[in-house]
Amino acid sequence: MNPVAKTQERSVEQPVSRMPSWELPPANIREEHDAYLLELEMPGVSKNGLEVTVENNELTIVGHRGDAEPQGEVVYRESRHGDYRRTFEIDTSIDTSKIVAKMEQGILKLMLPKAESLKPRKIQVAD
Amino acid sequence: MNLIRYQDPELATWSPLNRLASLREEMNRLLDGSLAGFTGNVGLFGGWSPTVDVFQDKENVYIKAELPGMKKEEIEITFQDGMLTISGERKQESEVREGESFRSERFFGKFHRSMSMPTKVDAEKIKACYKDGILSVELPKAAEAKAKQIEVTVS
Repeated sequence: MNPVAKTQERSVEQPVSRMPSWELPPANIREEHDAYLLELEMPGVSKNGLEVTVENNELTIVGHRGDAEPQGEVVYRESRHGDYRRTFEIDTSIDTSKIVAKMEQGILKLMLPKAESLKPRKIQVAD
Repeated sequence: MNLIRYQDPELATWSPLNRLASLREEMNRLLDGSLAGFTGNVGLFGGWSPTVDVFQDKENVYIKAELPGMKKEEIEITFQDGMLTISGERKQESEVREGESFRSERFFGKFHRSMSMPTKVDAEKIKACYKDGILSVELPKAAEAKAKQIEVTVS
């Protein structure tokens, strides 16, 4: 079972024409010995444009793009200029008070530590 | 087998029945190359190429390439015969050995993207900067490429 990997894409319950357009940032999720590591790609977002919230076992990340409006006329455009948003359902085995976030060159790295009681523990064998 | 096609969250209304419950469905989504939201395009041979925008005004041509998670030394920009090429390699961090990966949507490896400029530019004055994962290149237009106002005289 993947405690972190279950992704629920929540969309705002509104008629389609008025939906804010969010971009879905790609994520890498990895489990380490004592924590889960989550990496999200959000180019154009700096530390100030970031909102990370945890509520009821849901981790929501919103990234506001800080890059200025493009100058001049468009010759060729591939990017989809919306803000980024993604929600993850996280398991109770994660200690949400100790989540650490770091933002660097458009990549958000989140470290979600496992609650103490769930870390693998070596059990001493008595003689 | 129940194939639930991934729906763009902007268009789909949320309903608990859409919950992706099985690992197989998640795998299908990962393998589906048209998944919305990738900051790059899947290249012809499975590589990746960054998303690029090209703009221009009277003075300059502007290129914006989305290249999150790189160091500026890893990005190579060359300009030749009117073509701007952005290339490099995005390396995965060495700590990846430990731990188990649950989801891997980010692309890594070499990338290479060339684009031709809409007008002639002055190669000597090209400027580039890398901030928040976006590479911005400014190419000043060559004097002869700028539109000239032509005076109309009335005799």
